[in-house]
Amino acid sequence: MSIHNPPAGWLKPPMGAERLWVGLALAWCIIMSIAMPYWHFYGKQNPTGESYKVTVADFAVRTQKFIAANKVGEETVPLHIGDQVLEEKVPIVEIPPGGDGYLLASMWKFRPILKMKMGQTYRLHISSMDLQHGFSLQPLNMNFQVLPGYDHVLTITPTSTGVFAIVCNEFCGIGHHGMTGRVIVE
Amino acid sequence: MASAVESLPISGNHPASEVRTCDTTSLPVCLTAQKFIRMHAVAAVVFLLIGGIAAILIGLTRWPAVHLLPAEWYYRLLTLHGLNMLIFWILNFEIAVLYFAGTVLLNTRLASRWAAWGCLGLMTVGAVMVDVAIAQGKSDVLMTSYVPLRASPWFYLGIILVAVGTLVGVINYFATIYIAKRDKTYEGSVPLVVFGATAAAIIAVVTLLHGAVVMIPTWLWSMGVLSQIDPAWYRITWWGLGHMSQQVNVCAMVSVWYLLGTLTTGASPLNQGVCRGAFVLYILFINLASAHHLLVDPGVGAGWKIWNTSYAMYLAVLASMIHGFTVPASVEVAMRKKGFNRGLFGWLAAAPWSNPGFSGFFLSLVIFGFGGGITGVVLGTQQINIMAHNTMRIPGHFHVTVVGGTTLAFMALTYYVVPLVFQRDFYAKALCRIQPYVFAGGITVMALGMSFAGSYGVPRRHWDVEFTGGQFAAGFDPGAHVMLGVMGVGALVAFVGLLLFILLVVAAVFTGPAIAGQAMQAWHEEPQAPADAATMAEEEHNTPGTVVLVLVFLTTFAVYYFANWKWLSDVWEVR
Repeated sequence: MSIHNPPAGWLKPPMGAERLWVGLALAWCIIMSIAMPYWHFYGKQNPTGESYKVTVADFAVRTQKFIAANKVGEETVPLHIGDQVLEEKVPIVEIPPGGDGYLLASMWKFRPILKMKMGQTYRLHISSMDLQHGFSLQPLNMNFQVLPGYDHVLTITPTSTGVFAIVCNEFCGIGHHGMTGRVIVE
Repeated sequence: MASAVESLPISGNHPASEVRTCDTTSLPVCLTAQKFIRMHAVAAVVFLLIGGIAAILIGLTRWPAVHLLPAEWYYRLLTLHGLNMLIFWILNFEIAVLYFAGTVLLNTRLASRWAAWGCLGLMTVGAVMVDVAIAQGKSDVLMTSYVPLRASPWFYLGIILVAVGTLVGVINYFATIYIAKRDKTYEGSVPLVVFGATAAAIIAVVTLLHGAVVMIPTWLWSMGVLSQIDPAWYRITWWGLGHMSQQVNVCAMVSVWYLLGTLTTGASPLNQGVCRGAFVLYILFINLASAHHLLVDPGVGAGWKIWNTSYAMYLAVLASMIHGFTVPASVEVAMRKKGFNRGLFGWLAAAPWSNPGFSGFFLSLVIFGFGGGITGVVLGTQQINIMAHNTMRIPGHFHVTVVGGTTLAFMALTYYVVPLVFQRDFYAKALCRIQPYVFAGGITVMALGMSFAGSYGVPRRHWDVEFTGGQFAAGFDPGAHVMLGVMGVGALVAFVGLLLFILLVVAAVFTGPAIAGQAMQAWHEEPQAPADAATMAEEEHNTPGTVVLVLVFLTTFAVYYFANWKWLSDVWEVR
């Protein structure tokens, strides 16, 4: 009975089916433990968590420099302020293949629009101006955390083309549900 | 109940006027402990009701076809829901379980009446403070309150008071075990349920210390005393509180499984050394699990993530898999010995499914294992987490651990707490018998809807999957909308089950027929085995049915695990 003091001599090794199950479960746990390091050697999706401390101001300056040097166009998008709908021009910026791209998250926008080529590798730096945000690339469903004060570097290689949405998936205040951005892969 | 009756002489350390003998189990009941068990249970149900009302409102908001609340109320009630359910309801119930296990099962009095008052007072004042701060609209920060999102200082202070109150209760539990040992109120090793409750209490201490380390500076920061809290430091420390408190729930839930197995079928663990060893694995290897929430974070590297997410070769997962065998195996052996020895599953078919204590406990076991356990390990795999972090897959996972698992197990136990501790009988027994099925069914459907919506990329904690007002178009496959509808239907059914539970319990506790002085009416007639059945011999321990069940479980686990690796290989390459 599990509510009474056990009889003396309760400490004994498992027998029969119970022993078999403990062994099977342990083997399965070992397989799962090996799978993660294994994928780091043989798989292609292995975030390393590469990141650097950075001040908000520094990261904003780097993003501006990146935009100025690599801007290839502009897109006019709606800007909601209260009940008013204004217009805003958002730069489209092509990351040089093998080079560094910057994405700045703030309440409640992602800047700039990023352009990449399929099969090329890029170092994408992501950080926040204010609160914590989420970088969620849809419909691929790849998700990463964005923190203020941390330059989060993702070394990514797009393997499909199209227009992708970035949606914020970390709660960041009342406008959170409208925080979206764009990635174009050709 | 006959199975649990085995009289213990009252030779404990109780003052004469402060103990009674249970009329059903013959166990000695410390009247002080009984009073506090009652008060914590009542508080728990009040918070369950608050959290439940918030739950149905946010559930109906996330169902796109209904989209009930405006954005600010969605986030406000989501904050309220998380804290009342995950913290206030569960911690109050767990303190009640600790007081029961510490006193009744060890034949001792509660160590300190004043500490118990302190625990109850701090927890209640803190919880009310948090709820008021949320209702005032100044603390829309969700349960995690990730800095630099800022709430009212009363919000953080309330959480600190709840944590300190809980710690006082846990220390009172340790003191109770100590005086039981000192006064020699029991012989030999403590019962398994006490062992499991103690494991939960040990993890709770570590958890609450993390809570103090993260919440006190954050409280100071909210008042302007500190200028800054590092968001990465906050996340790693907060999850030492946030995730580990879920391990306290797992430990308490497993202890309740063993308790209800004994109360409902007379089950006795085959090998107590194995069960206890598994609890020790929880204590040793579960405490690093905050990594699960940081797998795609900056600030911590891949090596740290891999080591901490598998906590030294998944030994805590091993512990859960062991309990997943030993609990049903003990029921199988108990039923076979009663004569239900036919075929693989004759014992399971003959189990007391009309007893809500049994059905609630067994459904909790199945839902936690197949739903929560498997998804938890898969989502907590470092690379697979890319496809899951902050999507609806995460609440899809934890609603089948902490609701379909822990809450359902606690509901099942309540069907014994009311007659045995409150000494009141239930009305409408037929409704009591179906309540666990309604709740379990609703939660399972809801969590499936959440999980599949999350697989389409739908974010958790998000008011509008249409992204109204967004600068760039975004949205999801129609399949995601169907899944959110499934979630909504499940939420409605689960809410009916929850309301039913609260109404039945409140009616019984406050107006139910008093049954002090008589044994509780058994929830089920002891079933009669067919006369020609071959009863399993006393020394035998064959569990072929359980072996098949766990092999089905392992196969499901492996298929889901490898399918996720396959899906991962289809997304972009990333380092």
